[in-house]
Amino acid sequence: MVDRIADPWGERTPYGPGQQWPVRVDRYLADGRTDADVDRWVQSASVLHSNGDALDIAVADGRIVGVRGRVVDRINRGRVDPKDLYGWQANHSPDRLTRPLVRDGGRLVETDWDTAMGRIVARSKDLLDGPGGWGHFGFYTSGQLFLEEYYTLGVIGKAGLGTPHMDGNTRLCTATAAASMKASFGTDGQPGSYTDVDHCDAIALWGHNVAETQTVLWMRMLDRRRGPNPPAMLAVDPRATPVAREADLHLAVRNGTNVALMNGLLREIIRQGWYDNDYVDAHTLGFEELCRIVDGYPPSRVADICDVPAADVERAAELLGTSQRLLSTVLQGFYQSNQATAAACAVNNLHLIRAMIGRPGAGIYQMNGQPTAQNNRETGADGDLPGLRNWDNERHVEELARLWNVEVDTIPHWAPPTHAMQIFRYAEQGSIKLLWISATNPAVSLPELHRIRQILTRPELFVVVQDLFLTETAELADVVLPAATWGEKTGTFTSVDRTVHISDKAVDPPGEARPDLDIFLDYARRMDFRDRDGQPLIDWSGPEEVFEAWKECSRGRPCDYTGITYEKLRGGSGIQWPCTDEHPDGTERLYTDGHFHTDPDYCETYGHDLATGAEFTEAEYRAKEPHGRAFLHTVDYQPSPEVPDDEHPLLLTTGRTVYQFHTRTKTGRAPQLNQAAPDVWVELNPADAARFGIAEGDLVGVSSTRGAIQARARLCGIRPGVVFLPFHYGYFDQDPAARTPRAANELTITAWDPVSKQPLFKVAAVAVTKLADGRGVPSPAPTVGGSAPPAGADVPPTVGGPAAEATSGKE
Amino acid sequence: MHLAHYLGLLHRAQVNLADAFRQVAEAHAEEPDVEHLCQQQAKRCDAHAEQLHPFVVRYSEDAPDEPDRLHSQLFTGTRTGGIGVLRDLQDLYLMAAECDITWTVVGQAAYGARDEELLAVVRRCEGETAIQLKWLRTRMKAAAPQALVVAD
Repeated sequence: MVDRIADPWGERTPYGPGQQWPVRVDRYLADGRTDADVDRWVQSASVLHSNGDALDIAVADGRIVGVRGRVVDRINRGRVDPKDLYGWQANHSPDRLTRPLVRDGGRLVETDWDTAMGRIVARSKDLLDGPGGWGHFGFYTSGQLFLEEYYTLGVIGKAGLGTPHMDGNTRLCTATAAASMKASFGTDGQPGSYTDVDHCDAIALWGHNVAETQTVLWMRMLDRRRGPNPPAMLAVDPRATPVAREADLHLAVRNGTNVALMNGLLREIIRQGWYDNDYVDAHTLGFEELCRIVDGYPPSRVADICDVPAADVERAAELLGTSQRLLSTVLQGFYQSNQATAAACAVNNLHLIRAMIGRPGAGIYQMNGQPTAQNNRETGADGDLPGLRNWDNERHVEELARLWNVEVDTIPHWAPPTHAMQIFRYAEQGSIKLLWISATNPAVSLPELHRIRQILTRPELFVVVQDLFLTETAELADVVLPAATWGEKTGTFTSVDRTVHISDKAVDPPGEARPDLDIFLDYARRMDFRDRDGQPLIDWSGPEEVFEAWKECSRGRPCDYTGITYEKLRGGSGIQWPCTDEHPDGTERLYTDGHFHTDPDYCETYGHDLATGAEFTEAEYRAKEPHGRAFLHTVDYQPSPEVPDDEHPLLLTTGRTVYQFHTRTKTGRAPQLNQAAPDVWVELNPADAARFGIAEGDLVGVSSTRGAIQARARLCGIRPGVVFLPFHYGYFDQDPAARTPRAANELTITAWDPVSKQPLFKVAAVAVTKLADGRGVPSPAPTVGGSAPPAGADVPPTVGGPAAEATSGKE
Repeated sequence: MHLAHYLGLLHRAQVNLADAFRQVAEAHAEEPDVEHLCQQQAKRCDAHAEQLHPFVVRYSEDAPDEPDRLHSQLFTGTRTGGIGVLRDLQDLYLMAAECDITWTVVGQAAYGARDEELLAVVRRCEGETAIQLKWLRTRMKAAAPQALVVAD
C-alpha cells in the first residue's frame, strides 16, 4: 500500500540510458474493493493534466469505482498521477448539474433541454440576421474536451456562423508552445517523444515545475536520475520546486527576465564553440542576427538583469553546451511571462544551433498545460485553423471550403482568429452579444477578475455555460447546459508528444446531462446550418463519425490522423501522429532529417516580429527562401509592462499545486485531493516575511492596483522579492453571502504576449501586509511540492491516510 | 545643401510620432496591447530622434533658410470608442509612413553626402519604422471588421 498524497511520485524504478522504462502499475479502488469486485475495465486516459497517461476505468454496478494505469502504454507504462487516482470521484459528486438551467427573473431555474436550447437558438437566429451578424458570436472553450467535440465546434463556428471569435482557455496554458513552434519550425507539433527521457544525458527545465504539473513525466526523469549514468539537470524557476531541489543547477531568475537569460546562455555556448556549424549552415536561417543580438548579453549583464550569479550562468551554459543528448521542457514560467514567445523560441534556438533535435534523447517538449489542449490547436476551435492550416494562405482556406462545401469567404480568414482576451474585450464593448463558454471557468482563471465578472454580468451579453457543475462562471450565465464528462462519453485526445488515446464511455451521465458533442450537434441541427448545395453542413451523429471526418481534414497536414481508427486505438498503446498508410504505427520524432515545415505552401504562419506581433506577408516570407530550414528568432530583452515600485514592491507569480487542477471543479470535489490542499496560501521568502513582520500561518493581505485578496502565509524557498499564489481557489465552496476574496486572478494584470497572446500571469506587482496573527497554526499549504517549508519547520506533513491507500507494483 | 531641412523634418516627425504614440497609449488604456506597444514604440521614436539630433546640428550650420510649408500636422488628438481606436491607429500609421519615406529620402541624401555615419543611423532606424507600420497595419486589419461592420 502506498499513500499517494504523502508521496505523489511513488516508488522509484531506476533505469539506465537506452533501457526501457520499467513497468509500475498504479491502482486505486475505492471502499476497499479489489479487482474481483470490478465488473469491467474501460479504456481511457487522463484528463486532469497534460501528460496523456493511459488508464483503465473500473466499473462496478454501473458506477466508476476506481482506476489503474495501462501497462501497455508508451507514455506511463502503468503509472497514474495522484489527481487521476482520486479525481474520478468528482463524477459522482451530489452537486453535479443534471438538468438545464435558464435565467428567469434574475434567478437560474431548472428547465428542459428544449426550452434551454430553444432560447439559445432564438437568440442566435436573431443575432445572425443582418450584416455582420457573425461578429456577435464568441466561443470560449477548453483544454479538456475531446478532439471530436472541438472539431465539431470549429466547423459550427467557422463554416456555420462564420465567426473568427473562437478561442480556448488553451490561450492561458499552451498558446506560446504553439506560437514558438510555428515561428521556429513552420508549424505546430512537438518535435520530441517522451522516450527522449530514456536516452538523454541532460535535462533542462525552463519554467517547468514538472513534478507537480505532470507527475508521471517527473517519475520517468527521477527514475533516470536514480539509475546508472543519470542525466544532468538544470532548473530555471524563481521557486524552490521539487525540480529545483533535484537539479544539479538551479537558476532562480527574477520573473520576467527569461529572454535576457536565454540570450546570455546562447552567447556563452557560441563563444565556447559548443554549437554545430554544419547543422546551422544546412538547416537554419538567422544565425548571424542571433549572434549579433546575443553578443550584448555577457554573464555580468545577465546577472544584473536576472539577479543570478554570473558564474551560474556560465555553469548552466557548460551543462547545456557540453551535453550530447539534451532534452528541454518548457512551461508556464516561460509561457505566462514577459516576452513569452521570444523566450520559448530561444529554447528552440538552443536546440537548433546544437543540432539537438530529431534523434533519441535530443528533444524539445514545448509543453501543454491541459490534457486536450493539443486537439484544440489541431482542430481549430481556438485561434487556429483546422489541420494546422495557415489563415493567411488562401489555398489552405480553399481546402477547408472544399471539405465543408461552403464558400471560401464564409470562413473568416481576413485576420487571425480572435484571441481570448480580445473576445472578452469585444463582449465588454458590446459587439459580441452571445458568449458560449464550454468546460472552463473564466470567472476564476482569467486575469483581473473583477473586470471579467463585470463583463459576464452585462445585461446585453447572453452567456451560455456548458459544464458539470454550477461554477463561478455558470452562476453568471443566462443558460446553463449540464454536460457529461470523462468516463461518461467517448472520444479521443492527444498528448504533448503527439500520442493519440481513446477514452471510452464507462457509465451513463447523471440525470439529463449530455456529452458536449451531442450538445454541439443538437445546436447545429436546430440552427439548420447548410452547405453550398443546401445539404446539412454537419450530418454526424456520433464521435466515431466525427473522427472519420476529422481524418480527412488532417490528411496531408503535419497532424495527419488518416492511419488511425478507433479500433486501432483500442486494446494497445496510444499512437503518435502523423500516422498514415506509409507510417501505420505513427511517428516517434519529427524533423529527424533536419527538414522543417517552413515551406511557404505548407507552413502554418508567415511569421511575426516577436517584439510587436506585426505580421509578415506571404511575399516577405517567400523572399526568405526557407527551403525547409528552421528560423532562429532572436530579440533583445525588454522589461515587463509592470515592474515593482514603492507602493507594490513585490512580484507576484501564480501556479499550481500537485493536488489541484485548474479551478478545482473536479479536484476540489475529490476528498483526498481537497484535504491535501484545501485553501489558498501565499508563499513568501523568510527574508521578505521578516521585513513585513509576517510569520508562518499569519493572515496576509496581498494587493495590486486591480484588487486585493487574503491568504495565510507559507514561508519557504521562493526567491526574495517574489510571492507565489496558487490560482486554483475561487468561490464555489464558500458561502455565497460571505465570500472572502482569495482568487489569485483578482490581482493579475490584463496584458499578453504580442505573438502568442498568452496573458502574463507571472509578472504582477503587489504589496503584502499582515492582517492577523496565525497564532502558531501553519498555513493550509501542502508540505509537498513548491510550498514545502524549510527543514525543521514545525508544520505537520501532508498525508492522505487510510482513505488514500493505493497499490503500486510490477503486477 | 538642403539636407538639414529634411533632417529637421524627420527629427520633428519622430518627436511628434513619439508624442502621438504616448497620447494614443493613454487614451486607449482599455486596449492593453495598444497601450503597451504604443508606449514601447514611443521609446523607439525617442531613440530615433536622439540619434538624429547630432546630424541636425551638424548640417544646420551651412543650411539656407527653411522653406515654407515643410512641416505637416497629421495628429490633432485622440478619439474614443471602437472606431476611435481604429482612427487613432490610422493617424499613427500616416505619421509613421511620413517617417518611413523621410528615412528613405534622408538615406539617399546620406549617400550623396558620402556620410557613412548618417547612413548607419538610417539603416538602424528605418527597419524599426517599417515594423511600426507593419504592427499598426496588423492591429487595424484585425480590428476593422468588428469596428466597422459588427459594432452598433
